Amino acid sequence: MALFNGGKISLSNIPVLVVEKFRAQIIESCGESSRLVNLFGILETNGYLRLLAVLGVDEEARLDILSTFISLESPQYESLTKDLTQAHLFEREIAEQWAVKPVGHPWLKPLRYHSNYRQAEDIWQGINDKIIPGGYPFYAVEGEEVHEIGVGPVHAGIIEPGHFRFQCHGEEILHLEIQLGYQHRGIEPMMQGQDLRRSMLLSESIVGDTSIGHSTAFSEVVESLTGCSITPRAQAIRAIALELERLANHVGDLGALGMDAGFLPTSAYFGRMRGDYLNLLLILTGNRFGKGLCRPGGVLFDIDNKMANDFCLKLKKYRDEFKDVSDLLFTRPSVLARFEGVGIVSPKDAKEIGLVGPAGRASQMECDVRINYASGMWQFQHVPISLGATGDVYARALVRSQEVLRSLEFLLRVLPSLPAGDIFVAPGPMKPDTVAVSMVEGWRGEIMHVGISDNQGGFGRYKIKDPSFHNWFGLAYAMRGQEISDFPLCNKSFNLSYCGHDL
Amino acid sequence: MLIFSHWIIVFLLAPLFVGVIAKVKAFFAGKKGPSLFQPFFDLQRLFQKDSVYSRTTTWVFRAVPIICLAAVLLLALLVPLGPFKAPLQFTGDIFLAASILGLARFFMIIAALDTGYSFEGMGASREAFFSCLCEMILFMNFITLSLAQHSISLSSMIGGNLPLSWKLWGTVLILVVGSFFILILAENARIPIDDPDTHLELTMIHEVKILDHSGVDLGFLLYASAIKLFVFAGILIPIILPIEPVNKVMDMLIFLGGMLAVSIAVGIVESTTARLRLNRVNHLLLIAFALGFFGFVVKMWKG
Repeated sequence: MALFNGGKISLSNIPVLVVEKFRAQIIESCGESSRLVNLFGILETNGYLRLLAVLGVDEEARLDILSTFISLESPQYESLTKDLTQAHLFEREIAEQWAVKPVGHPWLKPLRYHSNYRQAEDIWQGINDKIIPGGYPFYAVEGEEVHEIGVGPVHAGIIEPGHFRFQCHGEEILHLEIQLGYQHRGIEPMMQGQDLRRSMLLSESIVGDTSIGHSTAFSEVVESLTGCSITPRAQAIRAIALELERLANHVGDLGALGMDAGFLPTSAYFGRMRGDYLNLLLILTGNRFGKGLCRPGGVLFDIDNKMANDFCLKLKKYRDEFKDVSDLLFTRPSVLARFEGVGIVSPKDAKEIGLVGPAGRASQMECDVRINYASGMWQFQHVPISLGATGDVYARALVRSQEVLRSLEFLLRVLPSLPAGDIFVAPGPMKPDTVAVSMVEGWRGEIMHVGISDNQGGFGRYKIKDPSFHNWFGLAYAMRGQEISDFPLCNKSFNLSYCGHDL
Repeated sequence: MLIFSHWIIVFLLAPLFVGVIAKVKAFFAGKKGPSLFQPFFDLQRLFQKDSVYSRTTTWVFRAVPIICLAAVLLLALLVPLGPFKAPLQFTGDIFLAASILGLARFFMIIAALDTGYSFEGMGASREAFFSCLCEMILFMNFITLSLAQHSISLSSMIGGNLPLSWKLWGTVLILVVGSFFILILAENARIPIDDPDTHLELTMIHEVKILDHSGVDLGFLLYASAIKLFVFAGILIPIILPIEPVNKVMDMLIFLGGMLAVSIAVGIVESTTARLRLNRVNHLLLIAFALGFFGFVVKMWKG
């Protein structure tokens, strides 16, 4: 069954296949032009777990949705991961959330260390009793000269908690296993229920630095379920805020890359420039991270002519400054020596892992929701895709700097000619027992929210997927055969979210 | 008396030298930067604190900050500082200088291993490797200088009429100075070899070994590394600038000017280059060795 971004479908209209067919079809489609965008479970009342898969056909802007039932009397099915690498975290998530075992999963470990949602016996004994990583071993390389280094969850810098376990031979990394879950707040169950105003606020806090991205995705899900179509002006303001968020984070990332390479000037300049973009969001929304802007039905803050002119003047100045500083970064031989050839993910591996966002585009993957699944403002104003060729730290930095310039161009095009009209339309009640999907290209990549309404005007199930969920494994993979001292730089070039993964 | 005046100079000036580097770096980053006296404030803060010790450590770990500070103070006595002649000088004292450095390093490394922490072990192994190369560079330059000055005492090898022989030995001396400047950066954990400001344990060389020290101990280690940098610059300056023990005030001014120039040079290098990839560091050190070696070859060839 095909859907478009922002579309909805009645739960009963989703095709149901037997498990073997479900499995075969996903693997077959992903071998061709599709990729696995989402895979999750919904608890049915009749003693079954319904697995729902969303496959993205990028070239046709189409989302295929299919499902299967798994009896909870024998809660297991044959793992997809054996034949489809990109399913591995999704299956670990399903195993943890619903205590349904994917048989033959090559590395079935807990993801976030919580008890399952259906109050059954967990697959892992005492998962919630011990501190992470509990009693589950890390992948170990044996040998007399092999040594193991554990980093985190408490780090020397001010970053989120995560544990990184390196298997090293001298300075060379043989294998890296990343164990997250320290930030698990149980945000998916919290989003469910009847109080949409509460869910709205929660959605802004799923990932602190992607408030606009996630709150836009949530708003679109509700709008889809209520059949509310927001005005072009509201769409434009959402797009402007999303790009400002992207600008702030990309610029900040480039600065951080400079810092990790030990190149001081750019890290200081970019660090200041990040603040400039956050201040624009502050002017627009009263919050540096854009909280309180997006609401189902539109946006809460308007941009008047004076503000639009003011933004344009400032953005032109910021663009010149950015060009100067990025030239400084990208022309310095000692910086390029650090960036080039480090942490390579080949296009083939990127596709197999299912990378998204700038990290995917750096490995020649043409994945950009703004282009492939254009909705809202992106249907009328296009942004060219920024691709990297080499898949290394350099490519990831270059993609970011290209996107900064293109976002600035987009803003300077849209701001002077904002569509007229209201900014808010009050949404009606939600259609019951319906699935709505929404994808947004956040600055880290593809955000997907899936909302499934119940028959009481709320959400029976809410599924969040942050781009980090796809990309963490990409980081672990990129580190193989690299120098351990290049890890911080490589990590920063991905700059993934811990709380977006842990939810 | 001479000993004490020497120590007073290093105690007072060495942290200032670090402050100048920080100021230069701040300038290049477009910042105002901390006060020149910030290193003193930091040390004062650390000296007021207690130290925290891991349960796995032994007396070695606790002894190391004192050993390191004592070692660099001893080293300082071998080096002339402007108008103040080295209080300790005898034939062959260059070997003592190198051994003191080696001693401090040895204790740093075993203290790191004493913590039983994987990062520290990693830092220790890197330090052990790079310092082998550093010692080669140090001795290469000492050999050339001792041939030029017909002496194997540090005080007579540098200073004296050496800067006046630039006309004669320009090629040799410029190679030695280049080589020694890279050595200063390497020995003192500066960019492009190491990043003194990084908080990333996995990339550290020198910093990783002091991660577990705190309070007074950390203060001692920071003081020791500031003095070490100062003393190294103190060896470089008399090779370049003529300091004749005639006019004491003039000599002091020349010496301080030289120190300022070296610290600004270090600051500029730190601000305008990124850090080297770790597996390239040995290449840079080998370049420094090659420079020193060519200096030696030219000296031999020209007689």
